[in-house]
Amino acid sequence: MLIKQKLEESFFKILMVISTIFVLGSLLLILGTVLWRGLPALDLAMLTQAPQGGYYLGKEGGILNAILGSLCLAGGATIVAVILSLPIALYLQLYPVPHFTKNWIRLSLDILWGTPSIVYGAIGFTLMIYLGMRASLLGGIIVLSLLELPIMVRGMEEAVSMVPKALLESSYSLGATRFETAFKVVVRQTLPGLITAILLAFGRGIGDAASVLFTAGYTDNLPTSLLRPVASLPLAVFFQLGTPFPAVQDRAYAAALVLIVLVLGLSITSRLLSTRFTKNIIR
Amino acid sequence: MSQALPLNTHSSPHLRIQDLNVWYETNHALRGIYAEIPTFGITAIIGPSGCGKTTLLRSLNRLLEEGEGIRVKGQVWLNEVDIYDRVMDLNELRTRVGLLAPKPYPLPLSIYENVAYGRRIHGLDVLDKGNGRNLDRKVEHYLRTAGLWEEVKDRLKAPASALSTGQQQRLCLARALAVEPEILLCDEPTSALDPISAQGIEEQLITLKENTTIVIVTHLLRQASRMADYVIFLWMGELVECGPAKELFKNPKDSRTQAYLMGKIG
Ligand SMILES: Nc1ncnc2c1ncn2[C@@H]1O[C@H](COP(=O)(O)OP(=O)(O)O)[C@@H](O)[C@H]1O
Ligand SMILES: [Mg+2]
Repeated sequence: MLIKQKLEESFFKILMVISTIFVLGSLLLILGTVLWRGLPALDLAMLTQAPQGGYYLGKEGGILNAILGSLCLAGGATIVAVILSLPIALYLQLYPVPHFTKNWIRLSLDILWGTPSIVYGAIGFTLMIYLGMRASLLGGIIVLSLLELPIMVRGMEEAVSMVPKALLESSYSLGATRFETAFKVVVRQTLPGLITAILLAFGRGIGDAASVLFTAGYTDNLPTSLLRPVASLPLAVFFQLGTPFPAVQDRAYAAALVLIVLVLGLSITSRLLSTRFTKNIIR
Repeated sequence: MSQALPLNTHSSPHLRIQDLNVWYETNHALRGIYAEIPTFGITAIIGPSGCGKTTLLRSLNRLLEEGEGIRVKGQVWLNEVDIYDRVMDLNELRTRVGLLAPKPYPLPLSIYENVAYGRRIHGLDVLDKGNGRNLDRKVEHYLRTAGLWEEVKDRLKAPASALSTGQQQRLCLARALAVEPEILLCDEPTSALDPISAQGIEEQLITLKENTTIVIVTHLLRQASRMADYVIFLWMGELVECGPAKELFKNPKDSRTQAYLMGKIG
């Protein structure tokens, strides 16, 4: 018995070490490659200019169009997704919804979650043709917000489900409605969890290429209108990597680096900001 | 939205419980309870653990129904209105019948905002939007009533979570009183507290009973005899005996009450 237990124990430990090495290793490999190839190609012009003539042949210009485009797309989509997700999550968790309805809503969200993003893009594109819309920032925002929705709802639900029942009851027993309790107590209490959910969803939105390929299009111009096409960083990576010129390919890695830094930077600042609003949280 | 409820008059009972039954799934936790809770004074619900004290208390502001798989049958008359009537507005009921829980749960707000929360929700100080001084005064008043003012007056903006458990319970009392309930339900309100804080809460409740109806659940017989004017004794989901505290403690009629008071059962 003792030997079996020891074997189990060491087997499990080895497994744990291997998977940790694997996860950390892949992360380092990705970061390393992006830094190694992208950093030398990154200069001020890349961050402050749109592509000039001959940019894709290795001449001057930058990816400001894609940086701003991605921020508009993912930012807009995240705002739309928050507006849709927060009520869904609060409703599912706080209101006496029949189990049957709850399960159907969750199943639908899980199916949405599991749907490949190219399918979102294709369906969005078909609908837009049907409606006579061109590829545009608006189209991209709508499709990306659908892509972000399931991950955001699940994350928010998770956060809201951690609220102690007695805390909800202390609000109800003051005569507060569920709505007042949701927005005045639960949202405050779960703010860090909600922010995590929002950031996860934002990360998924800003990193996705397939869903914006047809719906938002691509352009060398900076975003100016909801109804015009916009560029995005994932597609900037994709197109530049597809050119035969190593110098342009390096710029693809630089664009990827910008994307990673954007997500990371946003994540860190919002966490820092959120600590200012969480001092009242009940633990 | 809600019907107007008549004001209570002093002579009649404040709450009249009529054939109240509660089931948790199939567990018949309260069986045909009939009881009257007098206006003002302190009514204590006593009985051994698991006899249904909390269940009875939480049926009086219908917080019970927040749980799942719970079925309630019967009537509870608050003055002339059955709180289990379909037209009863739950939020109004819970504003009029407040609750102090066993373990304090401050809201994730500052000390000040915890007390102001209910008043803001119910718009009790709306005429005062200009400077908020009225709300300030009310918050001070209820913090004083709960015996917490002196300890927190210099840090009203500090998080309520930073207070000690005893202070938090007094904050919860202030918060409950701030919406001006006519009945205050207290479920073992001192069970999580140190003796000094517990004594403080007891004293505040005794002061409050002059113009508020207080219903307290306790498994501490000494606490019940110190505080109660009227006692309800529950045993395995049934009401065995109820009456004025002096009589019930001196001359319990039922043998189960006698045994419980002598410490032979429960
Ligand atoms: N949420 C619940 N779900 C199922 N059964 C419960 C629940 N709460 C209480 N009960 C049962 O109901 C009975 C009365 O419980 P309770 O009112 O909490 O008793 P007391 O407060 O007197 O200790 C007990 O048998 C208990 O097991
Ligand atoms: Mg209890």
